[in-house]
Amino acid sequence: MEFAEMIRTGQAQAELLRGPEEPPLRGTLCITGHHLLLSPGPQATPDLWLLLLRNVDSIEKRVAGDSGTITLRCKDLRVLQLDIEGVEATLDIARSIEALSSLESVITSFPFFYRPKGLRLGDAWHFHPPECYYKRVARETNAWRLSEANEDFSLCPSYPRAVIVPRAVDDSAVARSARFRQGGRFPVLSYYHAPSGTVLLRAGQPLTGPQKRRCSEDEELLRAVLAGARPGARGFIVDTRSPQAAKQARMTGGGTEAKAAYPGWKRLHRPLERGRPLQESFVRLVEACGDLEQSMDRWLNRLESCRWLSHVKETLSTACLAAQSMEQEGACILVHGAEGTDSTLLITSLAQLILDPLSRTMAGFQELIEREWVQAGHPFQLRCAHSAFSHARPKHEAPTFLLFLDCVWQLGRQFPLSLEFGEGMLLALFDHAYASPFGTFLCNNEKERCLCEVRTRTHSLWSGLSQPKEQRKLRNPLYVPNPLAIWPSAEPQSLRLWQGLFLRGTRPPEPSEVAWEKVWQIVTDQEKTEGSQPTDSASEPGP
Amino acid sequence: MEHIRTTKVEQVKLLDRFSTSNKSLTGTLYLTATHLLFIDAHQKETWILHHHIASVEKLALTTSGCPLVIQCKNFRTVHFIVPRERDCHDIYNSLLQLSKQAKYEDLYAFSYNPKQNDAERLRGWELIDLAEEYKRMGVPNSNWQLSDANREYKICETYPRELYVPRIASKPIIVGSSKFRSKGRFPVLSYYHQSKEAAICRCSQPLSGFSARCLEDEHLLQAISKANPANRYMYVMDTRPRHRVQSWWATQKDIGRIIVRISSKIWNDEKIRESDEKKRLNAMANRAAGKGYENEDNYSNIRFQFVGIENIHVMRSSLQKLLEVNGTKGLSVNDFYSGLESSGWLRHIKAVMDAAIFLAKAIAAESASVLVHCSDGWDRTSQVCSLGSLLLDPYYRTIRGFMVLIEKDWISFGHKFSERCGHLDGDPKEVSPVFTQFLECVWHLTEQFPQAFEFNEAFLLQIHEHIHSCQFGNFIGNCQKEREELKLKEKTYSLWPFLLDDQKKYLNPLYSSQSQKSAVLEPNTVSFNFKFWRNMYHQFDRTLHPRQSVFNIIMNMNEQNKQLEKDIKDLESQIKQRKTKQTDGILSKELLNSVRPESPALKATLSLKEQALLPVNNVLRTIEGSSPAANRYSEYADEFSKAEPAVVSLEYGVARMTC
Repeated sequence: MEFAEMIRTGQAQAELLRGPEEPPLRGTLCITGHHLLLSPGPQATPDLWLLLLRNVDSIEKRVAGDSGTITLRCKDLRVLQLDIEGVEATLDIARSIEALSSLESVITSFPFFYRPKGLRLGDAWHFHPPECYYKRVARETNAWRLSEANEDFSLCPSYPRAVIVPRAVDDSAVARSARFRQGGRFPVLSYYHAPSGTVLLRAGQPLTGPQKRRCSEDEELLRAVLAGARPGARGFIVDTRSPQAAKQARMTGGGTEAKAAYPGWKRLHRPLERGRPLQESFVRLVEACGDLEQSMDRWLNRLESCRWLSHVKETLSTACLAAQSMEQEGACILVHGAEGTDSTLLITSLAQLILDPLSRTMAGFQELIEREWVQAGHPFQLRCAHSAFSHARPKHEAPTFLLFLDCVWQLGRQFPLSLEFGEGMLLALFDHAYASPFGTFLCNNEKERCLCEVRTRTHSLWSGLSQPKEQRKLRNPLYVPNPLAIWPSAEPQSLRLWQGLFLRGTRPPEPSEVAWEKVWQIVTDQEKTEGSQPTDSASEPGP
Repeated sequence: MEHIRTTKVEQVKLLDRFSTSNKSLTGTLYLTATHLLFIDAHQKETWILHHHIASVEKLALTTSGCPLVIQCKNFRTVHFIVPRERDCHDIYNSLLQLSKQAKYEDLYAFSYNPKQNDAERLRGWELIDLAEEYKRMGVPNSNWQLSDANREYKICETYPRELYVPRIASKPIIVGSSKFRSKGRFPVLSYYHQSKEAAICRCSQPLSGFSARCLEDEHLLQAISKANPANRYMYVMDTRPRHRVQSWWATQKDIGRIIVRISSKIWNDEKIRESDEKKRLNAMANRAAGKGYENEDNYSNIRFQFVGIENIHVMRSSLQKLLEVNGTKGLSVNDFYSGLESSGWLRHIKAVMDAAIFLAKAIAAESASVLVHCSDGWDRTSQVCSLGSLLLDPYYRTIRGFMVLIEKDWISFGHKFSERCGHLDGDPKEVSPVFTQFLECVWHLTEQFPQAFEFNEAFLLQIHEHIHSCQFGNFIGNCQKEREELKLKEKTYSLWPFLLDDQKKYLNPLYSSQSQKSAVLEPNTVSFNFKFWRNMYHQFDRTLHPRQSVFNIIMNMNEQNKQLEKDIKDLESQIKQRKTKQTDGILSKELLNSVRPESPALKATLSLKEQALLPVNNVLRTIEGSSPAANRYSEYADEFSKAEPAVVSLEYGVARMTC
């Protein structure tokens, strides 16, 4: 396919409005296969403005007289306005953007062409393989092993090649358990909590069906989990659906674990919203945040009725419940919903952030996302195909990952010293999940990524984020390692709207950014004075 | 104390306010003359000042004992269970008596003794000098002068003795105008903007009746507008909303028709005319009752502006609703936001803020003087004038400046603190959170402008604590005259020196007086900028708070930085001294030896560093309130058979109260 066919016009004169406080930018507008460019001329600063076309979520054109206006609503929730000279040029540009921004092919997407200076292909892709995490686990316990039963993705296309399973269970039993779980997602280790010796597992729903089928290998696997923890250990199965929904799933071949079949395990239902209702909630929230004129009552009403913060609360409290059962009750936890690729990951990853100090470091958090989201098979391509502005009929879109980031943001607000990364990191992850020059969030699972050769032909986001110039934006200057679990409050009074994200398009750059800069300054001042103090004074008396 | 029937009850349980599983602490309850004290098994003390108690409620007897719920004015709510009903009854009755005093002389301030001598006490009272403040603003000057008309409180009892008025306003004009204004509160200067030469003035509503007019009042307004050489017109802001009088108006249609015929001749501003046509009609209704607003026919060069701030009764019930909502156990997000909406609280806060912004803009952008009034001119008028000044003048955003602002626009101009805060057993309809709203507006400003204020949230909370505590004399009484009669300066202490002594706790580490582009703050009042002030309304519900304080950390770092820089300078100067004394040859070696390992300055630095780091570690060790048991993640709590013996670490900010 040739991009050139879709580009109807080479260039036009345009003025760009980027937000309430930013000055307009005037110059020559250009479209390439992946970008919209505006060049204000060599003297201007910046001398080039660039937008990844993949970032465009919806496009709106209006013509009047001999000029036109295009409003671009981006997936990262920014809103841009282009005033273009010439009606024809306007319509051509709008059509080109429409065509180019909705390309679905992965291998022609920008990450396959992106070759930034200073980065080498293949860097950082080897940062966080499951083997790496296994080494951590193996240092603490002998009850688990790394299984390569999924080497060719035949057991489960959405798992990575290597997964961690109980040592007492062999690969053939694992294979049979995979056949009993939706999407082949048999129970695997997600997190080993060393202080209590308990584990966090995740899986797909069991395929009990209307006949209430059982699978002895699956039962064996979960028995082995308890046996490996400590004698007499108990377990909780956190089902992220309501009891009714779980029961209904039986009609379509799914279901949930029968009590009698899994001694020692107890089922808890914590219904979490997913799929379309979650997407709608996101859309309505963003809509409400775009209205500057509304009265206080209307705003509060919309904030309530979009239910986004309810989802945040439910997610946080479920994750806390799982973490609490592990740390306080010494119980093992298995989390699953239906497919086990959405709300399941939400709970397992948040529970780790709460319990595991390592996952709150910069490297640990990246590892967590790589392990619990990317490699655990969250279908990023389907879920993040469109953001909140798109008019396209929603298919598989859902802001599950955004909900995770929001929950992390709430944790960061309540424990401002305990996360090594700052709000900038979360914003960057949101941006890159929806449109990115890096390959990390491409495709839906490891199998697809292997087929597309993502690892060898694109750059990893993690190497992009490790560039020194990014650090000030991404890091939390006030971080102090905190060895304790952080238990957040999930009461409505304690939760806040994530303004830095949701009000991005409507609010002028905030004084709080200035304040953030000031905090950085204080911190670096301190490091400077501390570092310089003895040497300066001693070295001064020279010869 | 004759009211105390029982001084000590053992085996009392303190319930966690939000816990669904009735977790509790057991301890002993003591009743003293001034405080209710609860000491739990871990020796943690919870002090409640009697004056802080807003309501005491005895609930129906349960199997474990008799529940007693105490709501405080600082938004603390405690829920005790007293094992024996008789004890509970005794405490209940005692608290009812102790929390509502009949006489000022029984308030805590009259017995509170912080061990200062008379001279110190007097100096404390002289800390804030309003004459000095007017001098800072630039009055008196060629246009404004100090009037002695009210020196004996003869014209207006609720105004201070010293008032600033336009130089051309003679005493007969002042007297005439005061007769025309409700409670005699005629237009006087509240804030003078030196570079714009514009003034904020305040007064009460005119008693204009139907046809009545008052030439002296018209003259006085003329004088105010003439006192501003920069702009010949002035604004008159009526802070009341139109619909307040609308319902009343509906019953007065006949009068209405007559009034409608009164045309607006002098209005020269088209826009204002259109938008305010309706509001004017309603204020006219008020006028028909003998109270209302200025008939603009009689005043020239005046633009009328109505801003809708509700009256004290609406505000009281709004806060009531808010507290009901956020006190609910197991509150859902939806109930919280629909409750927040229906309480209207944030809407009211926004209205006050909008009014202040209008005021500040009129002065900053148009150099126009503004006269602000509501009904009596001591509630909404105080809110708007003080907030407006705060937006205009960076001085009021410092710790001392904020004290001056409160002292000027609230205390001296007769905001009825004792009635609004219910210090004495009086009319509950006079109680209203007007000052709380002011503090909340300031908090919203600190959120929007994190670098503009010298003080932090704790300062606002502490002031709020003390408007109710009656521990200091500042907020006792309803006006200056009353305060003088009570001899507060001789018998009680002033709050401000105590706050200044503790200044360190209230500093905003991000404050920078230079960094602001302009001195005038221009807050954005889009609805989503208003948030629920959790740290005020859940001050004592520790499980709802962020557990780590950024402020403390930054504060420590800042101090450490300063200290280290100072040390560097000291060391360098030492080196220089030695350099000059010693001969070149032996210098370097000896110096290195002497400076490096044994320099006392350096040692001090190192130990200081450890010290400064300590609080950080403390924060880490006890991340306050962060325990899974204290949070209620699950209604499945009973699923866990062996529930932990929960240590609910409710940390009450007690010591502050007894400072």
